[in-house]
Amino acid sequence: MPEALLKTSGLHAFYGESHILHGVDLEVRAGEVVTLIGRNGAGKTTTLKSIIGMIAHRRGSVAYSGTELIRLPSHRIARLGLAFCPEERGIFASLDVEENLMLPPEMAEGGMGLDDIFRLFPNLKERLQSQGTKLSGGEQQMLAIARILRTGARFLLLDEPTEGLAPVIIEQIGACIGELKAKGFTILLVEQNFGFAAEVADRFYVMEHGRIVDEIEIADLDQRRTDIEAYLGV
Amino acid sequence: MDFFGIPPQALFGQLLLGLINGAFYAMLSLGLAVIFGMLNIINFTHGAQYMMGAFAAYFLLQYGGLGYWWSLLLAPIIVGASGVVIERLMLRYLYKLDHLYGLLLTFGLALIIQGLFQNEFGSSGLPYRIPPELTGGQNLGFMFLPNYRAWVVGVSLAVCLATWFLIERTKLGSYLRAATENPALVQAFGINVPRMITLTYGFGVGLAAFAGVLAAPIYQVSPLMGSNLIIIVFAVVVIGGMGSIMGAIVTGFGLGVIEGLTKVFYPQASSTVIFVIMAIVLLIKPAGLFGRAR
Repeated sequence: MPEALLKTSGLHAFYGESHILHGVDLEVRAGEVVTLIGRNGAGKTTTLKSIIGMIAHRRGSVAYSGTELIRLPSHRIARLGLAFCPEERGIFASLDVEENLMLPPEMAEGGMGLDDIFRLFPNLKERLQSQGTKLSGGEQQMLAIARILRTGARFLLLDEPTEGLAPVIIEQIGACIGELKAKGFTILLVEQNFGFAAEVADRFYVMEHGRIVDEIEIADLDQRRTDIEAYLGV
Repeated sequence: MDFFGIPPQALFGQLLLGLINGAFYAMLSLGLAVIFGMLNIINFTHGAQYMMGAFAAYFLLQYGGLGYWWSLLLAPIIVGASGVVIERLMLRYLYKLDHLYGLLLTFGLALIIQGLFQNEFGSSGLPYRIPPELTGGQNLGFMFLPNYRAWVVGVSLAVCLATWFLIERTKLGSYLRAATENPALVQAFGINVPRMITLTYGFGVGLAAFAGVLAAPIYQVSPLMGSNLIIIVFAVVVIGGMGSIMGAIVTGFGLGVIEGLTKVFYPQASSTVIFVIMAIVLLIKPAGLFGRAR
């Protein structure tokens, strides 16, 4: 089995007084798409934010390609080639679409060119001069993903990219993730839409109460269907 | 030829005075707006830092033999650097707290700084000469325009517009605007936001010091020159709306002119007209004329 590209061990995280993560252990290997599933409040988003360093109060270990991230501020973590796409999308209202797209600085060689980005998301090209938040929800999500593809980051943390979107847009985002995987990106995904996750993921981690409680390979999905339904409470 | 019984010399003279005052209102409220947008701190030390700019020019001349033009360059850097120290040692601990804490800290700092200068130099002003290149003036036919005053209006307008351009139209400015909205996310994109915040404060303070150097030959150099001005500048900021760059510039110049005109037509109200406008704006549009409700 290949060495993990990202490995968290005993990761704890805190929001003020509340203790959200209680020792998260997970691994993501290069080129994999791994999905965190679990009910609301299980700590999925907090796990992503702790990896990228947006939660200042965290302890344990997050190792990326041999570098320990737990003491680094988020801008140093991003420069190692990780990028985060937040659940609320984080499109800036005071920037137009082009400025939003060009905002994250290039961290490494090999970022996606604008031509490739506009091929993936043709809608964005026509709206470049619009104010960022004037886009539809789906277009905002595309913009949020597109801008981190430019930077040369090879490890993407995507927080619920399909939330609140129409099926036709979800399909487009699914195709995008498939293409990214084919290009060798490594992706850690948080997703409530299990049907969507099942189409793109290689592996699942199940979170409950700030811990990883189970790991499911895509090959075992059918056998484990009842377990998954129990975890998600559907 | 009179305007409503006012001789043109008086009218244009006051209009010019209004524009000069407006230039200072604009530069100072611009710095306050930039600082507030990025640091979420209402910088009450701004008036003291404006005064420090004027004193820096005075010291550079007295002890360094460096004249006006050098001061225009060096005073903002020196005073801006002192701002960087204040941000690193004190302000950065307050960002997560209510505005009130930043306001109290910077207000206290202003009192301390002014007190120290007053202790050392008294309250009377120290003279600072107009640079020889800018003495004299032009007779425009309807009025006499002193060169130095024309320079102050022109250069402050240029500085204000350059700042607007930097923030609204450049890549660096897009970082600033984005970090004003969501600093944590901008930092997660790999931008060193804490350093950007420090430099923004230094820039805002440097802008105040630049205004202080411009003011030195007009108002003399005195420890209280900032505290007299800053109250009006805060009224300007309230009217324009906190955090709007163009709003600060337009309101600053506009209110200076309104104040000047009031001096011509109804002098009794000239020192209160800005506060009357502030009260009306607060009642009708609490976020300010150019402000966005948060």
